Amino acid sequence: MEISPLIITLKTAVVSTVITFFIGIGLAYIVVNMKRGQGLADAVITLPMVLPPTVVGFFLLLMFGKRSLIGQFLLQFDFSLVFTWQATVISAVIVSMPLMYRTTRGAFEQLDKNIIYAAQTLGVSDWKIFWRILIPNTRYGILAGLVLSFTRALGEFGATIMFAGNIPGVTQTMSTAIYAAVQANDYDLAFQWAMALVLFSLTFVLIMNKWIDMKK
Amino acid sequence: MELSVNIKKALRDFILNVNFTIKNEVLALLGASGCGKSMTLKCIAGIQMPDEGVIILNGRTLFDSDKKINLRPQERRVGYLFQNYALFPNMTVAENISFVAVNQNSVEDNIKKFQLNGLENSYPAQLSGGQQQRVAFARILSSNAEILLLDEPFSALDSYLKWQLELEMSKIFQNYDNSAVLVSHDRGEAFRLSNKVAVMSHGQIEAIDAKHELFKNPKTLSATLLTGCKNVSSARIIDDENIFADDWQLSFHIVHCQPFIKYVGFRAKFIEYSQSAGENTFLFEVVQIIEDTFSYLIMVRAKGSNGKLIRWEVDKKIWRNIQADEIYLHFPSKKLILCNK
Repeated sequence: MEISPLIITLKTAVVSTVITFFIGIGLAYIVVNMKRGQGLADAVITLPMVLPPTVVGFFLLLMFGKRSLIGQFLLQFDFSLVFTWQATVISAVIVSMPLMYRTTRGAFEQLDKNIIYAAQTLGVSDWKIFWRILIPNTRYGILAGLVLSFTRALGEFGATIMFAGNIPGVTQTMSTAIYAAVQANDYDLAFQWAMALVLFSLTFVLIMNKWIDMKK
Repeated sequence: MELSVNIKKALRDFILNVNFTIKNEVLALLGASGCGKSMTLKCIAGIQMPDEGVIILNGRTLFDSDKKINLRPQERRVGYLFQNYALFPNMTVAENISFVAVNQNSVEDNIKKFQLNGLENSYPAQLSGGQQQRVAFARILSSNAEILLLDEPFSALDSYLKWQLELEMSKIFQNYDNSAVLVSHDRGEAFRLSNKVAVMSHGQIEAIDAKHELFKNPKTLSATLLTGCKNVSSARIIDDENIFADDWQLSFHIVHCQPFIKYVGFRAKFIEYSQSAGENTFLFEVVQIIEDTFSYLIMVRAKGSNGKLIRWEVDKKIWRNIQADEIYLHFPSKKLILCNK
């Protein structure tokens, strides 16, 4: 059995989760502190979560394809994103980010506003408030967002197959490998990858739950 | 230490319009909930922004709409004591204080001063309400705050604990010679802790005065009600020495006539029992008797009228000796509260 889908899936999930972590928290912080246009910003960021992933993948193709502005620009460096490993990461980031963003935003909003106000009136800089008060006091929410977006990235299929394709050894992840296996009528292989995915996701969520319980 | 505030801000139901100056004193903003008291404090602290006006603290302009000055809360040096104390949950008592302290040497001093020894390594969730309040104070006094703003500091507590915390706070105030603004809807609390009281209603300061003067002579209807007067009636002037209270259907002899009198008030405790008729003494029929903890509340109506009920608060012993259906009551003219609006 070729194990490259496992390696590619893990690499993609880890890298995309790191990116999602920072962008998701950043967007949550910006949207929570927006004075107007909050509803619109929230809708736009949440969109990839509610749209079919194939639609997300299609838009990514349009955005980064060879005929697009970005695609043309990248071609000058002899580089194209479509059907590359980087494309699997981008697909995973776009699809899993709303989960990180929404969970973090919920955690930010649940924190007693007076705690932030108190810190401000006591002269604590916004930077210190963010790192020493906001993040530590919302860490369980942030952790939950991390688990959700990591597991979402592990199983990402629709946007990946549209934008990154299903090239064995390059962009084929576990979930696209299952699809390919079923297409080829190899149900044993599909079953193996399916079980691997279930096991991975379950273990990951269980470990995190245990860890949160212990910390509490 | 001087704070002067003159701000306007449109709120949902009314316009907040506040104007006062205090100098080395404790001002209580007294008003019903939702009258704009807390909003006033938030505007001073910079958590909310007024639509227009000026806020000056010790010569520093914190806010000036004309000059487009609006200092961030961090730059205002205003200590805000929140109702729930808003301690940082992820930090111990010592960390809460040292995190904001200007001078780390003051941390130790304030821990001692507020009797927090032994609690340095506890987290806020492990502390009682009183301990949390002391940490909040220690934290503010370790920062560079030049004035204290107290937002309903005891309202979330039961009455016994409330009293304990009030005692602690008045101790703190005795050693604190800066200015402070206290927001409260409890007239007793406002009276006990402050020197000056401002009565607020629908975003406006109706009356502001030294506390003794204000409680003696509240001047407006809402101030009269907020200072705890239970009996009020609309009134009109008959001549220089007499007014007629329409709701009670009684006419009173007054000492100092004012050009306008719209309402008259009388505190339930100041009504006196009398044996016979006389000046400001009328015959009443007893309508209802309510036993309170340490007194009786007797609801009476002018005999032969359909006037509004008047509440008389009388010592239990005295009432037990009277217990009549009809009584004479005397309203000393010095104790009449006359309101012009």
